[in-house]
Amino acid sequence: MFSETIELRGHIIDSLILPKVLDQILTHGGNFKITEVQIGRKRADQSFARIEVSTETGEGLDELILRLRQQGAEVMERANAQVAPAPANGVFPPEFYVTTNQQTFVRFEGKEIEVTPGIINSAIAVDRKKGSARAVKFFDVKKGNEIVVGHQGIRVVPVQRTTTHTDPFQFINNIVDAEEPKSAIIREIAEELRRARGAAGKVAVVAGPAIVRTGAGGHLARLIEGGYIDRLFAGNAFAAHDVERALFGTSLGLNPDVAIARGGHENQLRAINTIREAGGIATAVREKVLTSGVMHASVKHDVDIVLIGAVGDEGPLPGVTTDVIECEKILRDKLTDVTHVILLATLRYSLAIGAFLANNVKTVCVDIDPSAVERAVERQPLQSIGLVTDVEPFLRVLADDLSGSKVTK
Amino acid sequence: MRDLLLCPPDYYGIEYEINPWMSVAHGAETAIVQEQWKQLHATLSKFCKVHLIAPQPRLPDMVFTANAGLTVGRKFIPSNFRHKERAGEQPFFAKWMEQHGYEVEWLSETLFFEGEGDALFGNDVLFCGYKFRSDVQSHRAIAEMLGCLVISVELVDPRFYHLDTCFCPLPDGGGFWFPNAFDEYGQRAIREHVTDLIDVAPEEAQHFSCNAVVIDRDIVLPAGAPQLVSKLQERGYRCHALPMTEFIKAGGACKCLTMFMPQREAAG
Repeated sequence: MFSETIELRGHIIDSLILPKVLDQILTHGGNFKITEVQIGRKRADQSFARIEVSTETGEGLDELILRLRQQGAEVMERANAQVAPAPANGVFPPEFYVTTNQQTFVRFEGKEIEVTPGIINSAIAVDRKKGSARAVKFFDVKKGNEIVVGHQGIRVVPVQRTTTHTDPFQFINNIVDAEEPKSAIIREIAEELRRARGAAGKVAVVAGPAIVRTGAGGHLARLIEGGYIDRLFAGNAFAAHDVERALFGTSLGLNPDVAIARGGHENQLRAINTIREAGGIATAVREKVLTSGVMHASVKHDVDIVLIGAVGDEGPLPGVTTDVIECEKILRDKLTDVTHVILLATLRYSLAIGAFLANNVKTVCVDIDPSAVERAVERQPLQSIGLVTDVEPFLRVLADDLSGSKVTK
Repeated sequence: MRDLLLCPPDYYGIEYEINPWMSVAHGAETAIVQEQWKQLHATLSKFCKVHLIAPQPRLPDMVFTANAGLTVGRKFIPSNFRHKERAGEQPFFAKWMEQHGYEVEWLSETLFFEGEGDALFGNDVLFCGYKFRSDVQSHRAIAEMLGCLVISVELVDPRFYHLDTCFCPLPDGGGFWFPNAFDEYGQRAIREHVTDLIDVAPEEAQHFSCNAVVIDRDIVLPAGAPQLVSKLQERGYRCHALPMTEFIKAGGACKCLTMFMPQREAAG
């Protein structure tokens, strides 16, 4: 949303200029908010109105403002943002502005530019040549980059709560605790995923190993086969558990289907070794070494797989990124076009990924630990649903609901 | 007796094109120009005291004195012309008015305003036209200088680029106008403040029929508007229809050739 504040002065009531300006804003697709109005008391007294005009696009706003200027509208001069050069690589100048995850605009050289991506805990770098403003992390910044300092010239647009009850992400009580019924909410989430698929939304799943351990991997695979998931974020452990389950029927040596499994703990290492031997997960699928599970379904259905390493990982599996800074860059890039994120039973990755989510991304967090759910959704109270539950029943109900409408993307 | 300012058409001619009427290819006939202007001068002299400002070479449109500025009481507000072709007229008019005892009050140079051409009193309201020549912002400044209610109306037909080409208030509180020259808001604003408006037919409006000089019950207007004349006569006005063809070629007629000194004794 782009906006400017205009002022009208004069005999704007008797001349019908105020209604004309408001009509012009609406007929040209804009919106207005009258922030101040003073009506002259005596006949010769002049009146005054201050109006915030907003439009969907910057060009639309420029065009509209040009029209309104002809009607005598004066555009209030807004202060430009102040910038200072980064003193060294990886160092921001003192007083640098720190972003929130709300949509943010910076006024620079008289123009308002949207800061992209809309991620939290970053500084803002402006590029004079491109006329762009980027949210940058420490690793992005190079000596001499122009970084916004102070709060002048910054406009933050919080997500507005909708007045219609069509969006479950805005009217369901954020967190549904363990003792509350969940099937109706899961049906709403299923409906949202159907809509997202129809509207070309990008849905990402952040998967924790508990999915496999509780035997819910098959349900997640069904969602992938149904074309509901575009991107899979996981740690090495999730992938290793899933592969172990596919190859040996166990995860960390336990079989969700039988009480006592053969092979025990060593199965995971053997599974990892098999994939390493094959050269990677995709190769293992191609060579029919890996024939089931979430990773298999992801490869088969062209889901973009993003695997992130951590200390203590076994292996790791080929394709797991282990450099922390590299991981951050990948997360930022892979999350820019995501519209929906489902965080499943992994506090560690839920928090890491939450830091790269814009405020308009709809988030579902499922975890058996109430504090994990709370921490994951607290940053996006208007755009998130948290469910305190074992992940298996959640995925089962969701996949059952959606499996009636399978498509291939 | 009202005082009027006219300018002899010695240097008048179509030398540039700054409105849809002007065509350098179709110039004015000098002999007819002189004859038509003298007839206007003679007619107005019957009811008013006519003053003349000396015409200046290379300022052909100086003959249209209505655009010199706006006079209220002894205060004269000079125009800021939109087109550079006419900007040279301003110092001559300002100096003349000053020499004749008027107090000259200047608008900010950043505001375009074309005088009585875009500012006409009707009842206790000053109607001001904007867009083609005057800026709406200038109206606010005029309202502050004069302390009166200014109704700003947007002009939408480039052929009727000044308010006095499409609207003429009458001393009885009524007026005549060509409504299509205004947008719907301007039409509503005028209707709210002027009673008994006579709509001028398009074929008569294009003869510049609204560009009339009204002095009490006498109206001096261009020939070519028999329907309007008969309606005005019904209301008890005496109409003096004059040939104005050579001035219409430049987008002006009786009223454009005349400035009241003052248009009103006091504003509001």
